[in-house]
Amino acid sequence: MDVFLDTFLNAEVLAQYAPSILQGALVTVLLSLLIVVFGVAFGAALACLRSYRLPGVGAVIVIFADVFRALPPLVLILLIFFGLPNIGVVLSAPVVLFLVLSLVLGAFAEEIVWAGITATPKGQWEAARSTGLSFTQALIWVVLPQAMRMVIPPLTNRAIAITKMTALGMVIGVPDILGQASTAQSFSANASPLTLAAIAYVVLFLPFVIASRWLEARFARPVR
Amino acid sequence: MPAPAPPALDIRRLHKSFDTETVLNGIDLSLTISEMVFVLGPSGSGKSTMLRCCNRLEEPDSGEILIEGDPVTGPSVDLNRMRQRIGMVFQAFNLYPHLTALGNVKLALRRVQKKDPSEAEELAREALSSVGLSEKTSQYPNQLSGGQQQRVAIARALALRPRVMLFDEPTSALDPELVGEVLAVMRDVKSQGMTMLVVSHEMKFAREAADRVVFMDGGRIVEEGPPEQIFSHPKQPRTQAFLARVSS
Repeated sequence: MDVFLDTFLNAEVLAQYAPSILQGALVTVLLSLLIVVFGVAFGAALACLRSYRLPGVGAVIVIFADVFRALPPLVLILLIFFGLPNIGVVLSAPVVLFLVLSLVLGAFAEEIVWAGITATPKGQWEAARSTGLSFTQALIWVVLPQAMRMVIPPLTNRAIAITKMTALGMVIGVPDILGQASTAQSFSANASPLTLAAIAYVVLFLPFVIASRWLEARFARPVR
Repeated sequence: MPAPAPPALDIRRLHKSFDTETVLNGIDLSLTISEMVFVLGPSGSGKSTMLRCCNRLEEPDSGEILIEGDPVTGPSVDLNRMRQRIGMVFQAFNLYPHLTALGNVKLALRRVQKKDPSEAEELAREALSSVGLSEKTSQYPNQLSGGQQQRVAIARALALRPRVMLFDEPTSALDPELVGEVLAVMRDVKSQGMTMLVVSHEMKFAREAADRVVFMDGGRIVEEGPPEQIFSHPKQPRTQAFLARVSS
């Protein structure tokens, strides 16, 4: 038991590295927020663009969405972080992490929002267009608000799943929660910082998981 | 002498097919100002398609549609502008579920006609009160009965001050006890001098309220005339057969 406590909950180590993990938490929160905002906005924008059914555009969007949903984000992170400098583009580790996860979330969000747009009844388009709204106005004021409501639960789940992947930043040296904890773990030769990291993740993400449960219950009722 | 006013709605040689099936096979129909014309016919006769061609929710294959002499069809037409002159009421109401009754009516006033917020609000309240719903402005569609929803939909179309109103089976989705309130509103709209083209199975209402009844079958107008003539003394065998079927 002593060995267990000493390994995972060493008070001295915990106290020493708590500040740096707190700093890591700040990085994780900031990155997550940016990824959610840009990822969802980018995905929704792609879905809207796709709704115009311009020749060729839909195919390009589908290829992007399928490739970025198929590739493991870690592969993309390594590819960009270690590959791009060879052609003269040097991006910092947090920027690479932000870019990759935003694009991946964008790919999923595009598919989810697109499903919402196509699930909106045709009569909504017709009513809007019959009053003189243009296609774009009908999309913005009538279809998108309904589509977004419909897809909030799957979108929230996906956003949580993707933002958790900020932990992958560790492999390229992003000083997020896991990055800080892992550094602390190698200095202290003790797993307690990782315990702290786990606690930090739960504290940060549990409210969102609970919120998604609530959203799901709320939006499971018919749209009004 | 001034030239006679052009018809409120003029449909000329309208043709429409879906794939290989001809749905409209040369429709000519013209409505004078303030006229209420009822369109009857078996399902698949092209009634709804004809109506939907009038504001180009369906694109006609050929033919012309004119509103007060101005073309709705043709490449140089500003369609969103013309559509404001043609109100449409749908069988399934098609209210926007995320907006209140007032929001439903206000949307096109704000976004299409670019009224400022207070004017749009006032016009929308006026339109809702004209269909007897001034108490329901802040309700969402799912808080309203079917009859009330359809009245909101009528108000939404009327608020834009259209020159012609199209009704596509406006009472077909309603419980029988709710039909009356919608017909009462339609009667009211007519008394204000609106030109109305109505596809409906409400024979009794057609007989009482319509100025003219048109019977369609197989994508053509088979017979037309005053309601009394069509209902009591139909000339064409197809009209007679249809009326016998629906009245039995």
